[in-house]
Amino acid sequence: MATSVLSRQLSESGALLERHWQELNARRRLYTFLGLALLALTLCSSLWFANGSNAGKFFDRLPHLFDFVGDLMPRDAMEIVRAMFDLPSPYDDGSFKYNYPDGRLYLTDSLYLPEYFHKMLETVNIAIFSTVLGALFGFPLCFLAARNLMPNPWIRGIVRRFMEIVRAFPEVVIAGFFLAILSLGPIPAIAAVSIHTIGALGKLFFEVVENADMKPEEGLRAVGSNWIERVWFGIVPQVLPNFTSYFLLRLEINVRASTIIGAVGGGGIGELLRLSIGQGHEAKTLAIVMLLFTTIFAVDQVSAWLRRRLVGDQAFQLAQ
Amino acid sequence: MTASTKPSTLEMEAIAARHPHLLQSSSETRLRTALIAFGVLFYMAFSWWFFSIGHVLANANWGIAGSYLADWVTYEVRPEIEIAADGTMNVSYQRNSPLGSNPNPDWVTLEKKTVTRTIEAPAAAEAAKPKASSSFNFMAPNAAVGGAQAAQAQNRVETRSEEVVARALVTYDRSTHIEVADSVVKATHGGETLTIAVDGADRVTPQGPLPRWATQKRPGEKITLSFGVTGWAEVEGDEVSIRNRFFGWANFLFDTNSPFFGKPYGEVASLIVSGERIDPARSNLSLAWNNILYNAEWQHLDVWTKLLQTIVMAFVGTLFASLIAFPLCFLAARNITPNLFANQFVKRFFDFLRSVDMFIWALFFTRAFGPGPLAGISAIFVTDTGTLGKLYSEALENIDDKQREGVKSVGATPLAVQRFGVLPQVLPVFASQALYFWESNTRSATIIGAVGAGGIGLKLWEAMRTNSDWENVAYMVLLILMVVFFFDSISNACRSRLMGRKAH
Repeated sequence: MATSVLSRQLSESGALLERHWQELNARRRLYTFLGLALLALTLCSSLWFANGSNAGKFFDRLPHLFDFVGDLMPRDAMEIVRAMFDLPSPYDDGSFKYNYPDGRLYLTDSLYLPEYFHKMLETVNIAIFSTVLGALFGFPLCFLAARNLMPNPWIRGIVRRFMEIVRAFPEVVIAGFFLAILSLGPIPAIAAVSIHTIGALGKLFFEVVENADMKPEEGLRAVGSNWIERVWFGIVPQVLPNFTSYFLLRLEINVRASTIIGAVGGGGIGELLRLSIGQGHEAKTLAIVMLLFTTIFAVDQVSAWLRRRLVGDQAFQLAQ
Repeated sequence: MTASTKPSTLEMEAIAARHPHLLQSSSETRLRTALIAFGVLFYMAFSWWFFSIGHVLANANWGIAGSYLADWVTYEVRPEIEIAADGTMNVSYQRNSPLGSNPNPDWVTLEKKTVTRTIEAPAAAEAAKPKASSSFNFMAPNAAVGGAQAAQAQNRVETRSEEVVARALVTYDRSTHIEVADSVVKATHGGETLTIAVDGADRVTPQGPLPRWATQKRPGEKITLSFGVTGWAEVEGDEVSIRNRFFGWANFLFDTNSPFFGKPYGEVASLIVSGERIDPARSNLSLAWNNILYNAEWQHLDVWTKLLQTIVMAFVGTLFASLIAFPLCFLAARNITPNLFANQFVKRFFDFLRSVDMFIWALFFTRAFGPGPLAGISAIFVTDTGTLGKLYSEALENIDDKQREGVKSVGATPLAVQRFGVLPQVLPVFASQALYFWESNTRSATIIGAVGAGGIGLKLWEAMRTNSDWENVAYMVLLILMVVFFFDSISNACRSRLMGRKAH
């Protein structure tokens, strides 16, 4: 036996040590195995549950996965361009399917903005406006939530809980509530996205503030400045680049969020996309998808470039 | 004193001349700050105009916002007191009243009397005439149907005696009550009493000036009495509609059809433990549990199933995404795979997955798999493969090369180099990021559910669209918040164990 062999070679305490190590190792392997088995079990039962409660079953639908893509092919490729730029279509039969100039926005008598560009602009503007709004509210709140600036645990706790609730509150509920009060339009989307942004940005901001260098603040305290002066002249200058970087990151996320909120009734391009998919307007759908893809891609790249310039290679990917 | 602390102008100028860069840069910064502030202000003003926010907010129905918000945690009971021309009354309750099919609440006191009436066919037809219904009156159609049946039954002249309500007293709270008797409505609120004469048809005449809590748009028309949080009432010529508001969620456990409805908890408990079987086929415990699960108003089982779907969507989607992103990220990292073409190809692929956006993927997979969690899982999986792949490859590109070189220098195979030189450095980061996205996806799974990808989002959206089930919305929001906080703390705990204290 291995132990007997070992005991012959090792001293008594050495053998004990060896045995303990072996036991420890075996236990660790057992735990890893059990953990993986548990994970696999959860995964399988989750999949079974998801498949059972889905309208179409996975293996039934899998061969038809790309049928939908076939439905999406327009008559000719130019049709997408026509849909995107509101050009009259040769297939126009009076239905909405090929009637592109319907929603265009006339800036002057002859100069117009194609419908989808207008709506895309609206969605991006919703995102920017709500991010600015969220940052304006999150900015003062974050100093109240930071441990190094707010010694009072009550205020800190209340502000932090507020941010947590606001962040976890489903956006779709805020949008739906304002939709019930206000008429259809972008304002429910603005309300939903900006309220969520207050919580999200506030959290990121106060974490930055907590990591700030406290020496400038100390200096200002020594010359007798009050709390606002200490924050404004001691903390804000050093956290501002990070704040801006997080602001841009949030903007990226909010462009997506405002699109999706639009689809559940908040106006903008999201609503158009949902409608055109539902009605089977291939060219329109593809035009919107391409426009959305380009916009999101462009916003991501520009913001990533700006952030890299602002804060260097500091990793901010975890923030969302 | 001032002279000693404040230097003279001459001295100030001398100091300024000695350090010009300090003052200059400060004025520049000030200008920039002002410019930024002005720019933000200008943008806000522009957006105000662009979205016509002022116009929309001014036209919003803020009165209804309050009652929608109140609906989150309160419910209304709506007795309708119908007043006939001779001053006799009849009290009915809304359909699906939270008080059950035969309500007799103690805050409504009715004094009954027996009257002898001569009923003729034309009179019955007159009574059956559908009355003008108020915008809030859901009872009107049913009342009309009931009247029509009565008219058919009483087609000939007859004399009979029937029991009617002579006097009704509705108590809202200690300082608020409404008394109706002899075609006169007396409403008391906050020490003021308003007497209103009604004619049993369509004319409402207040006696004396209206207090602040009563409004009448035109003389003779209906009067609306608002008592704040405790409810409101509407006085019409032939009807007083009471809206009494109570705090809490009505019938949260048992709906009005359940045999356990309206029983105090102690009685329900004793019924379950030792009571006689209500339904001979099953025990009281299983009957009670079944009644709770299939509560018609709250739909507990359905809500819980949908919530579980949302959780499953986030869990499976993120797990699969990290499993697929894991091998791909080694291809995307330029220090692991020194092939520019492969790096760029995989990275652009990740960018593509991310930029198409979860929303479009959700719509796509909803069409492919049909509405349900499979669509949500696929959408989260595809999007997060892109996001996690990008993050993972960035983490790989930032690793310390010394460990890899060490393993390589002892002659390990390429696979062993990755296993022992790279993986130990990045695995905690990978796991931590996957956990973070799991938690974040639990939140976003709600909203992609609303566009059809399964889960509680759609149920939430439907409950909101009815504009009358806000208490169900509140219930679901509470559940979602609990789930999000729960997973938030699990994920945070795991991450801080993985990454050491600094992760959070």
